[in-house]
Order: sequence, then C-alpha cells, then structure tokens
Amino acid sequence: MFQNGAIMDSQPIRPDQLSAVFSALGDATRRAILLRLAEGDRSVAELHAPFAMSQPAISRHLKVLEAAGLISRRRRATARLSHLEAEPLREATAWLARYQAFWDERFQQLDALLTALQAPPPSPAGEPAVED
Amino acid sequence: MGKTVISAPPGVPFVDITRAFEAPREAVFRAWTEPELVVQWLGPRKYHMEIERWDARDGGAYRYLHVDDAGNAHGFHGVFHGAPTPEAMVQTFEYEGAPGHVSLDSLVLEEHDGRTVARLHSVYQSVADRDAMVEAGMGDGVTEGFERLDELVGRLAAVA
Repeated sequence: MFQNGAIMDSQPIRPDQLSAVFSALGDATRRAILLRLAEGDRSVAELHAPFAMSQPAISRHLKVLEAAGLISRRRRATARLSHLEAEPLREATAWLARYQAFWDERFQQLDALLTALQAPPPSPAGEPAVED
Repeated sequence: MGKTVISAPPGVPFVDITRAFEAPREAVFRAWTEPELVVQWLGPRKYHMEIERWDARDGGAYRYLHVDDAGNAHGFHGVFHGAPTPEAMVQTFEYEGAPGHVSLDSLVLEEHDGRTVARLHSVYQSVADRDAMVEAGMGDGVTEGFERLDELVGRLAAVA
C-alpha cells in the first residue's frame, strides 16, 4: 500500500501506453533485459551475451520495450545503448493504473453486450444472442 | 471503442470514472440494472460472476460473487438508494473481504447523438479507505501482467 498520495494525481493514465507496458512485460526475456538495464546502460552486444538468442532477436525485444516507453536508446561511439526508463513502471504499479485496466476489461465486455443488444432480431431458426 | 478515464484526486476520498459507449442510453441503463445483463459484463474475465440477489429499486439490496477457477469466492453487496433512473442510480458498495468499509456510488448516463457517456462517482469514508478498497476489490492480480509487474518491480527495487 502507498504511504501517501504523491503517486496519484488527476492526470488520467493513457490506456494505450498502459496496455503496451503490460504486453511488453508479458515476456520473460524482456523482463530479464529490464533487470540487466537496472544495473546500467547496455549495448545490444552486452545484452545478447547472457541469452541463447541472436542479436536481431534481442533487437526486436528492445524495439517492443522502447515502444512501451520502458527504455530509451542513445548512441555511444558505434554502439547503441539501452537505458531503463523507470517512470512507466511506477505508473503501471500505482493502483490507479490497475483500476484502469480492471474497468477497461469490464467495459470491453459491456461494449460487446451492447452490440448484441442492438443487433437485429435473429432469424426464427437462430439462437438469440441475449435473452430478454 | 471508448476510452476509460479514471481520476482519483489527492486529498479527497473520491474516484471518478468516465466512459463513452456506442449505444443509446436506454440500452446502457438496462445493461447496468437488469441482473441477467449485469452478469454478462461486470465480472472480471478471470472470475465467474454469480448474482445472488439484485433488487434494483429504492431500498432494494444486491449481492454478487466473483468466483475463481479454484472455487474461491469474493462477495460484494449493497443497497440501492432511490429508484434507479438513467439520470441517477445511487447505491452503496461493500467488498465482504473488508467489512464495514463502504462506498457510495452514483452513476449518471448522458446521451449525445446516439452515444452514451457514463459518469461514475464513488465517495469513500476516507482517502486511506479509498486506496485500500480499490486495491482489495480488484481481487488477487487483475491480470498476469500485473503479477509479473509486481515481481519485476520488487526485483528492480532490490538491485537499485
């Protein structure tokens, strides 16, 4: 539980970024990459070493993490370094973000129900989508 | 698809949720008040929802359960205050995992050009109650992503 209200503000969390964050975290390799980056910035070659995976495969994972805002990338000489961005992680762990996902899920089910409610009546042979 | 906007201003025990639906107000109102429709959407995906009682009139009570695959049930109950209308649906809400902590929830449905905007306003007994009730009422991990996130953040905190 949070000790104070500092992590909460009236700014709505962008649902698109939130789902990108959770989708990015759904993969074990990407979570391991984030843990490596918590120790400091790393190049693709450095990140690739501990994994039984090709550099292009690691690069694809980095693209997903970058699109979710979980890392940023910059050049050092010829290498491209990945840097962990902590803010989206903090946002996503606030209860407000969880609550957002909780209601999003419900409301998507409600969208489907409302579509079914407004559908034209089924043919006599068909099963009705929603019981009245 | 509509976008869910949630705000929980610091220092006051409120939560406001706004969402637009591609449906007339009457349909949204039915989906929110008729138990055979409510049961089709109010339960989070990982739970099976069972409505034990749903008496949507002034002073009428409701109670429902979210049951997981292992059979663990989370109960929620409350009372409707005033006959529900699309302009005003007011009810108390309590998660049985935290008895005595009650929120007052009001819902207003506004129709604009065939779309309906739902505005849900919840008032809690204190800011601390709000934060704890929301957390507890969501159940144990809304999605796998959150569980993984908790684990990851814990490990990141450990190395930082």
